[in-house]
Amino acid sequence: MAAAPVRAARLPSLVLLVGAAYCLLPVAWVLVAATKTSSELFSTSTFVPGGALAGNIAELAAYRAGLFWRWAANSALYAGVGAALSAALSGLSGYALAKYSFPGRTVIFNVLLAGVLVPGVVLAVPQYLLLARMGLADTYASVLLPSIVSPFGIYLARVYSAAAVPDAVVESARTDGAGELRIFLRVALPMMVPGLVTVFLFQFVGIWNNFLLPYIMLGDDRKFPLTVGLVTMLKQGNSQPALYNLVITGALLSVLPLVALFLALQRYWRLDLMTGAVRG
Amino acid sequence: MARRGDRGAARPGPALVPYLFLAPAIVLFTLFVLVPIGYTAYLSLHRVRVSGLGLGRGSRTQVFAGLDTYRQALGDPELWRGALRVLGYGALLVPTMLGLALLFALLLDRPRVRLARFSRISIFLPYAVPGVVASVLWGFLYLPALTPLPVPEGLLGPGLLFAVANIGLWGGVGFNMLVILTALRAVPPEVTESARLDGASELQIALRVKTPLVTPALIMAGLFTLIATLQVYTEPTTLAPLTNALPSTWTPLMKVYNDAFVRDDIHSAAATSVVLAAITLTFSLVFLRVVAGRAFAGERS
Repeated sequence: MAAAPVRAARLPSLVLLVGAAYCLLPVAWVLVAATKTSSELFSTSTFVPGGALAGNIAELAAYRAGLFWRWAANSALYAGVGAALSAALSGLSGYALAKYSFPGRTVIFNVLLAGVLVPGVVLAVPQYLLLARMGLADTYASVLLPSIVSPFGIYLARVYSAAAVPDAVVESARTDGAGELRIFLRVALPMMVPGLVTVFLFQFVGIWNNFLLPYIMLGDDRKFPLTVGLVTMLKQGNSQPALYNLVITGALLSVLPLVALFLALQRYWRLDLMTGAVRG
Repeated sequence: MARRGDRGAARPGPALVPYLFLAPAIVLFTLFVLVPIGYTAYLSLHRVRVSGLGLGRGSRTQVFAGLDTYRQALGDPELWRGALRVLGYGALLVPTMLGLALLFALLLDRPRVRLARFSRISIFLPYAVPGVVASVLWGFLYLPALTPLPVPEGLLGPGLLFAVANIGLWGGVGFNMLVILTALRAVPPEVTESARLDGASELQIALRVKTPLVTPALIMAGLFTLIATLQVYTEPTTLAPLTNALPSTWTPLMKVYNDAFVRDDIHSAAATSVVLAAITLTFSLVFLRVVAGRAFAGERS
């Protein structure tokens, strides 16, 4: 017992490693499975890699004349443009909510926040019907436009700008005669960048991973993002299991950019913003 | 403002500025959230009347139906079977998710834990994996012919709830763990230090000191999990091609999609949507009131 304080905490470390193994297992499996041909997938031992990774990627690239790369480019477009617009809009709205006091502020904020509680499907079906009426169904805009307003992003930007932009700085810029838009763009925005990167990340992951909205909005498979594309491939695989290795390789390739983004920008995953624990 | 009074007229008054800044968000929110909600409510109160053979223009007209559409939609037993499945799914997922997230967060916050950084990143990693891909990966891992795991027989049959709940747990536990861990990191070190000096064990500190202090974060994680649970859609839809046990109306939301786009009955889909939205909102508010009320009452005493 006397040695206890210096000893590593073995049981806690072990429990955590079991948790880590559980989380890594499917990732490890897909890494190995993507190196196998369809028949090897069912015949060889699970964690013995095959040599067909390059072959699988080539086969995937050839699938319906390169449709998979198009899905990847679409995902990048939806997530990149959508998240950038969303971060900009969240920044502007969050700043307005944090730095001005005006009649209706609480009501506007609460109504925006309540948007988090509305289930995606409940909105997606009427959104589709309305966009169809405007002639926008099955277009890039039909996936992009509904992704721009993020109640969660506005909330984060409000919390962050309240903490990161000192009132005194805004006030002195105002005394110097700067216009309100100029104050936002030149003074407040640079201070809010780390918080907005966080908003961008959350939105990027959210849009990249979104399945329901594009699934409902899009009919033309040349506009599909990866998520919808993979599910349609999986449905075809139901009748021709030879497609399974392509689905697995596609699953691996569609995760890689996110994992890279996620590991590279780790310090921006600011979850303290969410609980409002930031102090200025 | 006074110094540039001559240009003041071209500029919006300061009172208008916040509204102008908020205008884009309000317009988009109105277009893509409020109007669709109103449109859903409108559709749910109407139905299509088919005259003659239902062929040709004008033979299908939209008429006011009052609550008939609701009666019809709610009278479908498949909706209730789906609702029961979601309740079962939530009963499995919510306690497991919160329990494990809290456990991992408390362990990571404990001193002298080995490989803590590796474990933290690994457990959060599935958050970056799309629900579709997570379902594809686990779906294959559930197939007895492919899996390296000792998966029980019938996981894609009678055990489907466990299969879907596991995918939800895998994707969300790391995120909730980080929410709780972030709150733990904000606990002043003096608090745990003095408990330690009083001879409390790490287990006692975790349960008696730290857990009560992070209750708000736990509530937040619980609310996120609850909302995600009630909206479960992607995982069963993706698993469906791998099994015969998963009908296209497995959850109420899948039924909404099916009604709207496969059966082409948008009115019934709208009525079901309104009911689901009301239930989600009620669940969230009751959860917040009961759980948060209890937590903050505890704080005051």
